[in-house]
Amino acid sequence: MDTTQYLSIFIDESTEHLNTMSDYMLELEKNPSDKSIIEEIFRAAHTLKGMSATMGYNDMADLTHKLENVFDAIRYDKLNVQVDMMDVLFEVHEQLLAMVEDIANGGTGEQDISDLVTKLEQLEKGEQPGPISESPTKEDIHQETSYEQAITDLDEFELSILNESSERGFSNYEITVQLSEDCLLKAARTFMVFEVLEKHGEVIKADPPVNDLEEENFDFRFKVLFITKHPEDELKKKLKKISEVNDVIISSFSINAYKKEKEKQLETNQKDIKKKKKAKEKSPSSPAGRQVSKTIRVNIERLDILMNLFEELVIDRGRLEQIASELNHQELQETVERMTRVSGDLQNIILTMRMVPVEQVFSRFPRMIRKLSREMNKDIAIKIIGAETELDRTVIDEIGDPLVHLLRNAVDHGIEKPEERRRKGKPEQGTIELKAYHSGNHVFIEITDDGAGINREKVLKKAIENGVIHESQADTLKDQEVYELILASGFSTAEVVSDVSGRGVGLDVVRTKIESLGGRVSIDSEYDKGSVFSIQLPLTLSIMSVLLVEIEKEKYAIPLSSIIETAIIEKKQILSAHHKKVIDFRGNVVPLVFLKDIFDVPQQSNHEEDEYESIVIVKKGEKMAALVVDSFIGQQEVVLKSLGKYLQDVFAISGATILGDGQVALIIDTNALVK
Amino acid sequence: MEHTESEDKKVIVFQLGEEEYVIPVRHVGGIERLHSITRVPGTANYIKGVINLRGVVTPIIDLRTRFGMESKPYNEATRIIIVHVNEIEVGFIVDGANDVIDLPDEAIEPSPDVIGTEVYDYIRGVANMNERLLILLDLEQVLTQQDVEQAQQLSQMEG
Repeated sequence: MDTTQYLSIFIDESTEHLNTMSDYMLELEKNPSDKSIIEEIFRAAHTLKGMSATMGYNDMADLTHKLENVFDAIRYDKLNVQVDMMDVLFEVHEQLLAMVEDIANGGTGEQDISDLVTKLEQLEKGEQPGPISESPTKEDIHQETSYEQAITDLDEFELSILNESSERGFSNYEITVQLSEDCLLKAARTFMVFEVLEKHGEVIKADPPVNDLEEENFDFRFKVLFITKHPEDELKKKLKKISEVNDVIISSFSINAYKKEKEKQLETNQKDIKKKKKAKEKSPSSPAGRQVSKTIRVNIERLDILMNLFEELVIDRGRLEQIASELNHQELQETVERMTRVSGDLQNIILTMRMVPVEQVFSRFPRMIRKLSREMNKDIAIKIIGAETELDRTVIDEIGDPLVHLLRNAVDHGIEKPEERRRKGKPEQGTIELKAYHSGNHVFIEITDDGAGINREKVLKKAIENGVIHESQADTLKDQEVYELILASGFSTAEVVSDVSGRGVGLDVVRTKIESLGGRVSIDSEYDKGSVFSIQLPLTLSIMSVLLVEIEKEKYAIPLSSIIETAIIEKKQILSAHHKKVIDFRGNVVPLVFLKDIFDVPQQSNHEEDEYESIVIVKKGEKMAALVVDSFIGQQEVVLKSLGKYLQDVFAISGATILGDGQVALIIDTNALVK
Repeated sequence: MEHTESEDKKVIVFQLGEEEYVIPVRHVGGIERLHSITRVPGTANYIKGVINLRGVVTPIIDLRTRFGMESKPYNEATRIIIVHVNEIEVGFIVDGANDVIDLPDEAIEPSPDVIGTEVYDYIRGVANMNERLLILLDLEQVLTQQDVEQAQQLSQMEG
């Protein structure tokens, strides 16, 4: 069987199942006795086994098979959930992830699993007599449950009839009718059965539904829910008289039992739905979600192409707007305006299509925190809020590493050891909260820990030691400025290398990464109470609003997100402080940055000395700078393009964009200009 | 690069001053007329800036400056050759480009020793075709060299 065409589906689905599995495994750890969770994990493992076996990945199938056995044993109370067991299960899970990754990278997914298999086998045998006795019981229970759940979907109306009937002395029966296999006119026989039934009572529900019965969409067997005053035997005899009816099974139907069953199901369903909300289309295995939202899988490349094409359109749109305003042609202007509106809507849709819930990144963190905290003998719970918050895929792809770094930092330096926490009068279990939310055009991700907080004096001491700041600055810095020193490059040194965080690179990589995404990191902390690392990210990286400015004949774009305001100042307002030109801007001393000098712009014309300067006030955290330009052109939505592989790390330029007239304008990275 | 070397006999011929250079056709994405270039500040002097190449922002290198030749004003014959090597796409400004020829491997001789050694790393060989002297460029060298210089420039800027 040629399975290559299914490969990408296999990879996608396995990853999803593995994610579901780990989510539920973490939950299982918290509620070891919750059967519905085990059912979910079992189902995921089972599906994985089936898929990998079909695709011919034998190692994976083996491993999942063993895993399935363990969960099966848990399911039937042959095993109890224990921490050690969970460790092995997580290990297996990681191995499976590695296999899927290997397969995704073109490998065979073959790895040495004998160790894990042995461990699983030991687990499985742990508290049960032997594997042989296991299979029959499994089937028994299967049969039983399938029988119990025969008719399950009753609406309230039907329920109330059933309730009333038993009060009025009717009996409720569930009747299973088996037609003979050579029956040619199934619909006719069914009709006859119904005729008999309706003479004696009332049919409440049929399974399959009556429509299907009439159209013969069933295989020789159907069930009805029936209320009657007639005794069971009489009914049976009468029904059996109908020719080609092979067998009739009548059992009484208990509403109470049904309700119980239903409640149990409801619970699982609700859990599914909750999960669903969190994970959106994450787990196709949960029955509740399969019909709810209709989605199709689209190759990400196609979305990228769509985005590129749309970007082209935006550029042409800009050009059209320009031409229309130049020509001053009424109808043309109206048409262009309409087009602008429509393409604006289109832009929103395309952008939302590329949005992915941060769940994709967050989902691996609980596992990671669990592992780290066990390694470090700490007791840490992670709370995730707002995993459904959506971000552009390009941003999602990039924020994983910085978040890992910050979380590791929180585990390592933030949360204290249990003994220490006890001494401080805190609960032994530390909590790390990972929270994502939208605000305006930004997404915020906050990592809050209730750990030791940041020690101002220690940070200052180290910053001075490592030459990040000068001693004289120490006292003037505000608390928050001090905290942010730990993000400065050169702050972290090889001295603090531990397994978990700080491999000598320090948190400055976090800041660099986030800033390269057009975001910002800020820190707040209270000593002995904990710290908050807050990351602010733009919703999308590809289209942004900029202010176009002109310097001599060159045009530059400044991202609106970093602009506080623009102003025109008189030359005489410019002051000189410490060989630097500054202005007094609303009570703040703001340094002037002459873009003409920074960018070495060639002097084009000798225009007369102006008494005024146009400035753009930009911010970076709390700091500001005033960029001096020649003139403002206006605000515009532009498509961010990279300068390409050849031109990387150009000072103070974060990218380029193509203007309406086809010219390229460079986008200024204001962060590099604010010191 | 070695694996396809025997197959790619077609090369594009372009002029820089009096000399004729060739690059393999498979590296060439197109030949463009000169259009407006946006200067990128803080880059090496031979990087003239970037152009909008059908929606893709493409860096442009002036080969005259790159090879240390005297620069001359651009004219009607000036062309931009778009080349891509190892996922890098750049444009070369040349004095003119108008010829595609077959260049058999046998015709290529390693660059004569007299030329010197490291300065001309970017010359892979020389071919003599019907009295024409064609210089075969090593594109990777033409492009990697800039890293060194750019790094130097950057460190100067920062220091």
